[in-house]
Amino acid sequence: MEAIQITNILYLISAVAFILGIKRLSHPKTARSGNLLSSLGMLIAIIATLTYPGKEFDFTLILAGVGIGAVIGAIFATRVQMTEMPQMVAIFNGLGGAASAFVASSEFLSSPNSPFIIVCLSVFIGSLTFTGSFVAFGKLQGFISGRAITFKGQQAINAVIALLSVSLILAPGLFFDSSMYNGYLNAFFVIIVLALILGVGLTIPIGGADMPVVISLLNSYSGIAAAATGFLISNNALIISGSLVGASGLILTNIMCKGMNRSLANVIFGAVGAESEGGGSSDGKEMNIKSYSTTEAAMILDAAEKIIIVPGYGLAVAQAQHVAREVAESLEAMGKTVLYAIHPVAGRMPGHMNVLLAEANVSYDVLKDLDEINPEFEDCDVALILGANDVVNPAARHDQSSPIYGMPILNVDKSRTVIINKRSMNPGFAGVQNELFGYDNSIMVFGDAKDMLNDLLKEVKEL
Amino acid sequence: MQIDIVSLITIFILAVFVGNEIINKVPPTLHTPLMSGSNAISGIAIVGAILAILADAGDASKYIGLAALICATINVVGGFLVTDRMLKMFKKK
Repeated sequence: MEAIQITNILYLISAVAFILGIKRLSHPKTARSGNLLSSLGMLIAIIATLTYPGKEFDFTLILAGVGIGAVIGAIFATRVQMTEMPQMVAIFNGLGGAASAFVASSEFLSSPNSPFIIVCLSVFIGSLTFTGSFVAFGKLQGFISGRAITFKGQQAINAVIALLSVSLILAPGLFFDSSMYNGYLNAFFVIIVLALILGVGLTIPIGGADMPVVISLLNSYSGIAAAATGFLISNNALIISGSLVGASGLILTNIMCKGMNRSLANVIFGAVGAESEGGGSSDGKEMNIKSYSTTEAAMILDAAEKIIIVPGYGLAVAQAQHVAREVAESLEAMGKTVLYAIHPVAGRMPGHMNVLLAEANVSYDVLKDLDEINPEFEDCDVALILGANDVVNPAARHDQSSPIYGMPILNVDKSRTVIINKRSMNPGFAGVQNELFGYDNSIMVFGDAKDMLNDLLKEVKEL
Repeated sequence: MQIDIVSLITIFILAVFVGNEIINKVPPTLHTPLMSGSNAISGIAIVGAILAILADAGDASKYIGLAALICATINVVGGFLVTDRMLKMFKKK
């Protein structure tokens, strides 16, 4: 057997390891071993590359690069707070894009005969992912306003940049003397700059509430960039892994869009969440708000058999998921059933709320997604809403004038009693007042989630 | 290694289908680890980065390769570690 065939077989083994690794993510029980299997696949791919027949590597430089990268990566991974996971994924998406763009650039500079279209495709997607991800990171971290930043002619500018890039990629001869390598080189640099600008231009008009969609989409791009680079250097490992990641990102993007009842085009071009946004159908309508104390809330919980907790991002911000779990455990100890209802967009990225609750030692089998939990509200005694707002607004089901109309929601209003904890009557992300608060079966307990739950825990323990 | 473009496209399309099948089976509970894990997998660009750092390559292409290698290694190491950290927390009582 030729040496190169052994290398390719090793690449195949690593691709299979990735596929089986992701497959094991289908259940929390097997997920951890799946991740280990994927990382083993990566190790095999690296070994296969380092023993690539006929190549002489600069091992000092490689060792330096791996060393620096490994230290930075390990610091990120061990220090990051679970609430900051979306920011970290955003940074990693950006670095993934950058890595692919760098590889393609290096290849183009060392072998000028590389197919220009593939070089550009890889560099273009990679660069766009890079700046787009860092803008997304800035928004999530609060360095850049989380509001949609829009100005007149913004979309026209983006369109012109995109068009210019496409024509440069397809026909660099229109702009530069493409009979020489220098002509291509000039086109190549212009394309990089255009892609970097476009990444920013496409991400700044997207509001903070839509960031889960954007992160998923950029995740997909980072995979596509890797696959494109794989085409360039004719490497199956990159093509297969890149397309797996590309598919994964697209599927998550789709799930997030469905969770908000928005089309992808609407998220990217709709600029929802700009200053002018706001106002809802319930404005002006008098709502009959019933404010209760935690003592009264505890008594209602005492009489209940089945309780569903609906956590929102506010709960995580208040770092109150631990005390929420303690309240749930006390109630369970009294023989009650306690479940958690997790809306697809409850956190800041797909599945974020589940991680935050897992961190607080909540057992994964009581975390229920939208489709699982909605029928359960029919015979539920108390729905306890902690920091969630838009995802429990019944207006989404019937009020066609509401901006969140059609969004799938948790049907908490079907429960016998709905207890809502909120800091104040401020509207949620979508800028809509929630008519649920005025329902006959709704009661409000105002206050900081953590303080309220601590009080509630004391009350419940005294029952 | 020169493979013809049609074989590459074949591999690409089949991989997309496989990805679609297996990723749709990942439950919503594990979507964040899926994302950070796939981040790590997209660090496969590390292979391309290593291949760019050849002893006889020009300085420009070597050092751009080094930049790629650092980015990709952060992805690989950070991605797998943080995914493991998260998955460790998922327990059933």
